[in-house]
Amino acid sequence: MLEIRGLRAGCGGVEVLRGLDMAVSAGEIVAVLGANGVGKTTLNKVLSGVVPVRAGEILFDGQRIDRAAPDAIVAAGLIHVPEGRKIFPNMSVRENLELGSYRRGKPRRARNLERVFATFPRLRERMAQAAGTLSGGEQQMLAIGRGMMAEPRLLILDEPSLGLSPLLVEEMFALIRRLNADGLPILLVEQNVVQSLEVAARAYILENGQFALSGTADAVRDNPELRRAYLGM
Amino acid sequence: MYSLAIIAEAVVNGLMTGAAYALVALGLTLVYGVLHIVNFAHGALLTCAMFAVLGMEQLLGIGPYAAILPLALLFYGLGYGLQRFVIGPSSHGEDRNTLLVTLGLSIILENALLAAFRSDTRSLGGEMGFDVVELGPMLLSRPRLVGCAVALLVAALLWLLLARTDTGRAIRAVAKERFGAQLSGIDPRHIFAVTFGIGCACLAVAACLLLPTFYVNPRVGNAFVLVAFTIVVLGGMGSVTGALLGGLIVGVVESLGGLLLGESLGQLGIFLIFILVLLFRPTGLFGARA
Repeated sequence: MLEIRGLRAGCGGVEVLRGLDMAVSAGEIVAVLGANGVGKTTLNKVLSGVVPVRAGEILFDGQRIDRAAPDAIVAAGLIHVPEGRKIFPNMSVRENLELGSYRRGKPRRARNLERVFATFPRLRERMAQAAGTLSGGEQQMLAIGRGMMAEPRLLILDEPSLGLSPLLVEEMFALIRRLNADGLPILLVEQNVVQSLEVAARAYILENGQFALSGTADAVRDNPELRRAYLGM
Repeated sequence: MYSLAIIAEAVVNGLMTGAAYALVALGLTLVYGVLHIVNFAHGALLTCAMFAVLGMEQLLGIGPYAAILPLALLFYGLGYGLQRFVIGPSSHGEDRNTLLVTLGLSIILENALLAAFRSDTRSLGGEMGFDVVELGPMLLSRPRLVGCAVALLVAALLWLLLARTDTGRAIRAVAKERFGAQLSGIDPRHIFAVTFGIGCACLAVAACLLLPTFYVNPRVGNAFVLVAFTIVVLGGMGSVTGALLGGLIVGVVESLGGLLLGESLGQLGIFLIFILVLLFRPTGLFGARA
């Protein structure tokens, strides 16, 4: 579904991603784990076309997307729910969701809106409220809901559990399972190692712009390298 | 003291001038609110639009009202191109570059007009400017009445566009959250250019409404833009409602000031408002708190 070969990218003079190879297959949850500042968010920005690729290839559904513009990548169905939610604070919850289908899924906007409201009843209650006044958890639901409105063929979730209370973190991982149960492949980029490895089929550990470790979630969990890579011990 | 009828007439006249001011301010505030740039070329673009109205009449025989739609479309395209291919690419993401580019544009445009038409003051001529309508005890200028109605209509259309269409929502989204908008498949460069184009289209409409009662020379736009800046500050930077109401308020203040203090001091009130707003309500009447 998604395939990355020899990917390099950076900001200014600094190379942040130093040759990454990875893949996400249909229907799979794949976790990319790592501490702060190892390049997780840069990887996501490169995948959605916001940060340019310096070398390597990204294939989505067999098509090269490493030179594509962000809106073309959205149109192809690779949808990125960013870290920090990045919702439109000055607009209502409903308008935020409607804009999710600005580029893709517009003909089925009403039906998809119903689906999002069925998944997140809280958003229906808050439909007319300005998105900036929602709680952190509600904003995260809205960001995911906005992504769902674009009928994703692959969903990138960047730190969906960041800043949520422990109870909401549980709910968030349950939701990720539920989304995946319908066959949606998910690239989960997280700091929360333990819970991410519980939901993911496979995992990659990112360290200083390279994958230090990869494999099935179980193998990664039991690998002593994990502690060293993640905690620097 | 003045009779009530004269004061009422001054107020209505002020509302009519204010509507044209509001149109100029709408373009300015929209561009500021979305692109976060102060467009110094706004005045020069208004002057261009006014010359275009003059040209339509004198070369093609198309009157100012018939010219509204074609000129609005033309200036939309012009504005779109300017932002997409000149201002946007030359800014390199730095606001101060944009400031200088728009300032440079205004200098180029003004001097091109000066070279082409000299500093002579021209007007449409004809009887149109003297056409009046009787409304109760008041005598109102017909072209300014039409201007007021069209300006309100344009403001209403603009509001509908921003509130109800996907493009309008995208404009508001990009204004606050560019990255989030990109991830929803919105191309900010396109939306910025659309916004700039709409701002220029507002100017074209304003020019069509102004010309029947106003003169044009290569610097005329600046007088309006100075007032428009006051309106934008009064209404709140980036607020469409603020620009409309601010424009009407400023028009009335100017008109009443002219009546009470004499024509030459009419604008005194405008700048008094400007200073008072800056002192006591720097975010403007409808501006968001910083």
